[in-house]
Amino acid sequence: MATVEHPQKTAWWNNAHNRALLFQILLAIGVSVFFAFIANNTIHNLEQRGISTGFAFLKQKAGFGILQHLIPYTENDTYGRTFIVGLLNTILVSVLGIICATIIGFIVGVARLSSNWLVSKLAGIYIETFRNLPLLLQIFFWYFAVLQALPSPRNSLHIGEKFFLNIRGVYLPNPIFEQGFGWVEGAFILAVLATIILKRWASKRQEQTGEQFPVLWTATGLILILPTIAYFATGGPISWEYPVLKGFNFQGGITIIPELAALLIALSVYTASLIAEIVRSGILSVSHGQTEAAEALGLRPGKTLRLVIIPQAMRVIIPQMTSQYLNLVKNSSLATAIGYPDLVAVFAGTTLNQTGQAIEVIAMTMAVYLTISLIISYFMNWYNARSQLRER
Amino acid sequence: MLVHTPHPNLPPPSTSVGVIGWARKNLFSTPFNSALTLCALYIVVRFLPPVINWAFLDANWAGSTRDACTDGGACWVFVKVRLTQFMFGFYPADQYWRVILAFGLLGVLIAWLLLEKTPKKSWVAAFTILIYPIIAFILFYGGLGLPVVETNRWGGLMLTLILATIGMFFALPFGIILAMGRRSTMPIPRALSVVFIELWRGVPLITVLFMSSVMLPLFMPEDLRIDKLVRALIGISLFQSAYMAEVIRGGLQALPKGQSEAADALGLSYWQAMFLIILPQALKTVIPGIVNTFIELFKDTTLVLIIGLMDLLSIVQSAFSDPKWLGFSVEGYVFAGLVYWIFCFSMSRYSQHLEKKLHTGHKR
Repeated sequence: MATVEHPQKTAWWNNAHNRALLFQILLAIGVSVFFAFIANNTIHNLEQRGISTGFAFLKQKAGFGILQHLIPYTENDTYGRTFIVGLLNTILVSVLGIICATIIGFIVGVARLSSNWLVSKLAGIYIETFRNLPLLLQIFFWYFAVLQALPSPRNSLHIGEKFFLNIRGVYLPNPIFEQGFGWVEGAFILAVLATIILKRWASKRQEQTGEQFPVLWTATGLILILPTIAYFATGGPISWEYPVLKGFNFQGGITIIPELAALLIALSVYTASLIAEIVRSGILSVSHGQTEAAEALGLRPGKTLRLVIIPQAMRVIIPQMTSQYLNLVKNSSLATAIGYPDLVAVFAGTTLNQTGQAIEVIAMTMAVYLTISLIISYFMNWYNARSQLRER
Repeated sequence: MLVHTPHPNLPPPSTSVGVIGWARKNLFSTPFNSALTLCALYIVVRFLPPVINWAFLDANWAGSTRDACTDGGACWVFVKVRLTQFMFGFYPADQYWRVILAFGLLGVLIAWLLLEKTPKKSWVAAFTILIYPIIAFILFYGGLGLPVVETNRWGGLMLTLILATIGMFFALPFGIILAMGRRSTMPIPRALSVVFIELWRGVPLITVLFMSSVMLPLFMPEDLRIDKLVRALIGISLFQSAYMAEVIRGGLQALPKGQSEAADALGLSYWQAMFLIILPQALKTVIPGIVNTFIELFKDTTLVLIIGLMDLLSIVQSAFSDPKWLGFSVEGYVFAGLVYWIFCFSMSRYSQHLEKKLHTGHKR
């Protein structure tokens, strides 16, 4: 048996494993000392200023009004409720912004790739203008320069005495659902269910026989026609409440406050310019060989786009798009600069100033955004894993 | 003998060359395209002339009070009168040369580093990183015989540039360390880096600025007063380094594993391998990403307005409330927008140029 020559034993401090351990212990100690230092200072400073810690302030009476609230709110409600009101306002502007930005962004992104020179150049100008300007400047521009220059309520811009636009905001008719509207909703749900079943049946049939079924058109027809029939069968169970000028302002209808309008326009326009670039680069990222292969197989241009290009482009587009959505949610916090009552303006602004509970309030605000981010990035990772290229 | 003499070639049909041919091909190729072109033309004709009229033809350029603005167009007099304030904030007028000198020097240094084929790049880089910050601090703040200018008098474009440059200056090394930590095999540095990066990337910059302006004084010993500008800079640097870390991590991940294995085989230590083999290659591939992050940072500096610093946007915004110049907000925003736009657009063009230069694959 050959004897194994043991290498000369290295000193323990030259052992890579020991070094890593030592370094990690030192790092852990350093970080702990740093946090202990901060915690110690904070406790001392809070005692000096006579600020009590804890979340008891959430149950106290707030005593200030909020410009826009989606749930009932009065000055007599608690600070805890201001948190909910602010959070709902943030979610409202984020959801509306994401929808608008996606629609505008897709249109502009496709227009940028158009073979039409003029359209492509206009889209290019749009993209280069808006993505190179700070968002805050755009919000200020829409709020102070455009919306503040609108006429007074008496001289409102209007479309047929139903839609009004003035310095106080946008006024829209408010739909009132009367008895029997449940039938329309029921018809809509029925149509959606039918579409799902149809889709399953169609793909099964295609796998077995190779015959295709025009699911898209049938589904569109179903979803449009069934509720319409229900609407007329029940005698049109929607009536509209129109805004009316009373005294100095409008009463009734749905009001969009100018702060929301300015923030929404700025967020959508800015994010759309970034989404347009993502859409463009996504479509360009699909190699030209794919189009040629699809043509060689005899697919028509429309089908090439729908079955070959878009599914592959989506793989590039979706992750970047998700991070733009995340940015939009985070950017909606700029609302505080023009006074739209979002989470940061209401809770980290007014509530913080009134209670002085800086640590709790900022921690809660950050936790909300962090939670939203983590949920969205979890969803994104899930989608990414599902839609990734499966190489054989 | 019968000789075949071919007819001279006919010119191409007039509808397929020249302006008409170009228009047919690019504007009116299909009925749908023609309709689109007409819509786009309508938009251009409807909006372009009024804008040109407002901004140039009917605009007022001469004069020094609002009475000079009589032509109905833009009142650039407002911007002209306020220009030094928009650029330097409330910096003393007789000290402007210090700011100009500091930025001029920085411009020369950066151009030296970015241009190709300039000699002694490494010495210039060392000077920029080690000595220039000291010179800039003395020029901006004072000392060595120069009168001290407190930071609350700094403002305008100067402050915007200072915030962006210093933010970048700290974010880059922090970002490299964090990216290395996230790629490390040791659990504690990796966990700390992941938590740090995800925490700052998950929250809006505004809450970070609120935190640094409201909570930082609570975190520090009682007698330590931190300047408002420094507090904002700490917030911006922490926030930015998280984003920078993710960009650099992309570069580290894109590097083939063979590089670090080769370094190991040569017997290089971790730090040698990092600084001699891995980072130079990884950083080079992510320069466009770093420039894009810098553009984002440049646009994000406007948020310091909310914690009361007087950057370019903030000072333009406050100029509207001057009773002598009420109602010129559009001119102010257009001017501020133009300044931001020129900076961001030229940087994004530079980053695209780099991307093209670094792209060595096959392109169609």
